[in-house]
Amino acid sequence: MKNFDLKKFLADRSVPIMFIIICLVCIPLSGFSTSYLFNEIVTRVARNTFLILSLLIPIMAGMGLNFGMTLGAMAGEIALIFSSDWQIWGIPGVVLAMILSIPISILLGALCGTLLNMSRGREMITSYIISFFINGIYQLVVLYMMGPIIPILHESIKLPRGYGIRNTVSLLNLRQCIDNLISVNILGVKIPVLSFIIIIALCLFIVWFTKTKLGQDMRAVGQNMEVARAAGINVDRTRVLSIIISTVLAGFGMILYLQNMGNIATYSSHSQIGMFCIAALLVGGASVDKASIGNVFLGVILFHLMFIVAPRAGTVITGDSMIGEYFRVFISYGVITLALVMYEAKKHKKKKMKDGGDNEE
Amino acid sequence: MKEKGIKKFIHDFGVPRFIILCFLIALFILAPFVGADLPTQVTNLLNRFSWNAVLVLAMVPMIHSGCGLNFGLPFGIIAGLLGGTISIELGYTGVLSFVMAILFATPFAIIFGFLYGTLLNHIKGGEMMVATYVGFSAVSFMCMMWLLLPYHSPTMVWGYEGKGLRTTISLEGFYDKVLSSFLEIKIGNLSVPTGAILFFALLSFIMWSFLKTKTGTAMTAVGSNPVFAKASGINIDKIRTLSVIMSTWLAAIGILIYEQGFGFIQLYMAPFNMALPAVSAILIGGASVNKASIANVIIGTLLFQGIVTMTPTVMNSMIHMDMSEVIRIIVSNGMILYALTRKTDDRRDA
Repeated sequence: MKNFDLKKFLADRSVPIMFIIICLVCIPLSGFSTSYLFNEIVTRVARNTFLILSLLIPIMAGMGLNFGMTLGAMAGEIALIFSSDWQIWGIPGVVLAMILSIPISILLGALCGTLLNMSRGREMITSYIISFFINGIYQLVVLYMMGPIIPILHESIKLPRGYGIRNTVSLLNLRQCIDNLISVNILGVKIPVLSFIIIIALCLFIVWFTKTKLGQDMRAVGQNMEVARAAGINVDRTRVLSIIISTVLAGFGMILYLQNMGNIATYSSHSQIGMFCIAALLVGGASVDKASIGNVFLGVILFHLMFIVAPRAGTVITGDSMIGEYFRVFISYGVITLALVMYEAKKHKKKKMKDGGDNEE
Repeated sequence: MKEKGIKKFIHDFGVPRFIILCFLIALFILAPFVGADLPTQVTNLLNRFSWNAVLVLAMVPMIHSGCGLNFGLPFGIIAGLLGGTISIELGYTGVLSFVMAILFATPFAIIFGFLYGTLLNHIKGGEMMVATYVGFSAVSFMCMMWLLLPYHSPTMVWGYEGKGLRTTISLEGFYDKVLSSFLEIKIGNLSVPTGAILFFALLSFIMWSFLKTKTGTAMTAVGSNPVFAKASGINIDKIRTLSVIMSTWLAAIGILIYEQGFGFIQLYMAPFNMALPAVSAILIGGASVNKASIANVIIGTLLFQGIVTMTPTVMNSMIHMDMSEVIRIIVSNGMILYALTRKTDDRRDA
C-alpha cells in the first residue's frame, strides 16, 4: 500500500522532479558560482511571480490556462507608455501606470471573458487566438494611432517618421525603483524586499479571495457548471469576472516586470510572456484544472534556474551556444504540451467511463 | 422581398467573410487609380495562391474527420523540410530533386502523422490546443536537430563551421520554380504559374474523389456524427488516424511547393507561425470548425492571399503607411476567433 502511494506521489509530481534532475545535471556543467545563481534567481522570482500569480484565478473558475493574460500585459505596456510620456517617474510613475492600466485591462478582460463564454469547451485555444487578435489591435493603436490620434508629447519615444512608438521605450528613470526602495544585501545577494512584500500581499489577497462569496462561486463553477447554475450562481458573469481579475493582475504584473527590466520592447515584450508564465506554472506541478500558490513559487524557481543554466550547459556539452538556447525553448513548449496532453487524456478517459456507464444502464 | 434575400445571403455567407470580400473588391477597384499595375497584381496573387493552396488543402481531411482545425500543421511541414534537405544532401538537382524530396518526405509524414493521430485519439475534444503545442514542441526540437544532424552539403551548412544547417537555403539549381515555370503562360506583365496550379488541381481532385469513396464517406460520417458512425461499424480511431496522416502528408507536400515557388528553404523558427495563415484562409473560404470543402480551400486562399498582396501596394500609395501587416494579423486572427465562437457549431463528443 505504501509503495503504491509513493508511485502516485511521484507520478503527480513528475514534471517538477524531471526539472530538478535537469537543473542538477546542468548546474555543475554551467560552472556558475552559487552567489551568481542566487542573485539571478532572486531577481527573476521578484520579476515574474506577480505575473504568474495572475493565472491562478481562471484556473480556479475552470477556464484553464489563461493565454489571454497577454491582454493584461499589453494594457500594462500602454499605461507605462503614457506615464513615461508624461515624464512621471519613480514610484509615482509606477502607481500612475497601474491606475491607468485598470480601465484598459477591465475592457480587454470583459471582451475576452465574453468571447470565452461563447466558445465553451475550447476556451484555451480561443484565449490563445484572442491574444494574437488583440496583439493586432495593439499594434494598430501603438504603431499608427499614437501620435496623430492619441496625443504623444515627447518626440523621444516617437518613431522618427512622426507617429507611432519606438521599438524600445526607455524606463531608465523608473528602473527598479520598487526593487531598490527597500533592499537588503545578505551574503552578496540583493533582496528587493518591497517587491516581495507586494508579491506576498497578492498571495494573501488570493487566499482571502477564495474565501469570499465570489471566490466560492468561482470554485463551484469550475467544478461543475450545471450544478452551479442550479444553485443560482450566474455562471457567465462569474466566468467573465474571473478573466477580468486575471487580466488586471496581469497588467500590474507586467508593470512590475518592466520596472525591473528598465525598458519596454514595445512590440515584443508581451508576445512571449504568456508562454513563459504558463510554462513556469506547469513546471511547478500545476495542471490545467488545479494550481496553487506553492506551484507558482516552485515553478518560477525551477523554470528560471533551468533558463539560466541551460544555454551555458548546452555550450559546454555540444560546443554550440545555440543548442542550449533552443533547448530551453523546446523545454518550455514541451512542458506545456505534456501538461495539456495529460489533462485532455484524463478528461477523455473520464468521459469515456461515464459514457460506458450510461450505455450499461 | 429582394432586400430580405440579400440579407439572407449575407447571413449564410457570414458577415466577416462578406466584409473581407467587399474589402478585397474595393482594393482591386482602387488599384488602377493609385497607379498599381493590375496584371502585376494578378500575377502576384496567382503566384501566392500557387504557393499556399496545398498547405490550406491540408486542413481538409482533419476537419472532415472531426479533429478540428489542424493547428499542428508545422509537424507536417517538418516532414517536408526533412525531405527537401535530404534530397539536396544526397546531391539530386533540378526536377529530380523535387521528386526525391517528395519521396523522402513521405515516410516521415506517414510516421509523424501516425504518431500525431494516435496522440489525438487519446485526447478527443481537446485536439486544437494540443495540436498547437505539439507543433511548437516539434519545431523547437527540430531547431536543435538542424544543428546536430550530420548534414554536409556545402550549399546548406554554415560555411565557416562546416556543420549545422543555415537558416535560409537557396534552391537555385535544385527545385527552384520547377512547378511554377512548367508550362508558364506569359502575356505582358501577366504570368501564370500553370504547373503549380495544375499540381494543386491534381491533389484537389484526388482529395475530392477520395471523399467520394467508401473510406472518404466514412471519414465524413465520423466527423459529422460519431455515434452513427460507430453504430454502423466504422472504426473511428482508425479513420481519424488516417485523416491525420493525410493532413500531415499534404502539409509536407505543401511546404515543398511553397519552397519551389519562394525559392528558399526556411528552417528553424520559420514553420512556427505557418499554421495560422492556413487555418484562417480555409475559414475565410467558408469552412467552419467541422465542415470544409475543396471550394472553401480555393476561395479562401484567393481571398486571403488577395488581401496579403493587395493591401501593401494599394494602402501604401493611398495613405503612405504600411499597415498591411497589422491588417493581416487582425483579419486572419479575427476570422479564426469568429469561427471558434460560433454557437451553431455543435461540438461533437466522440
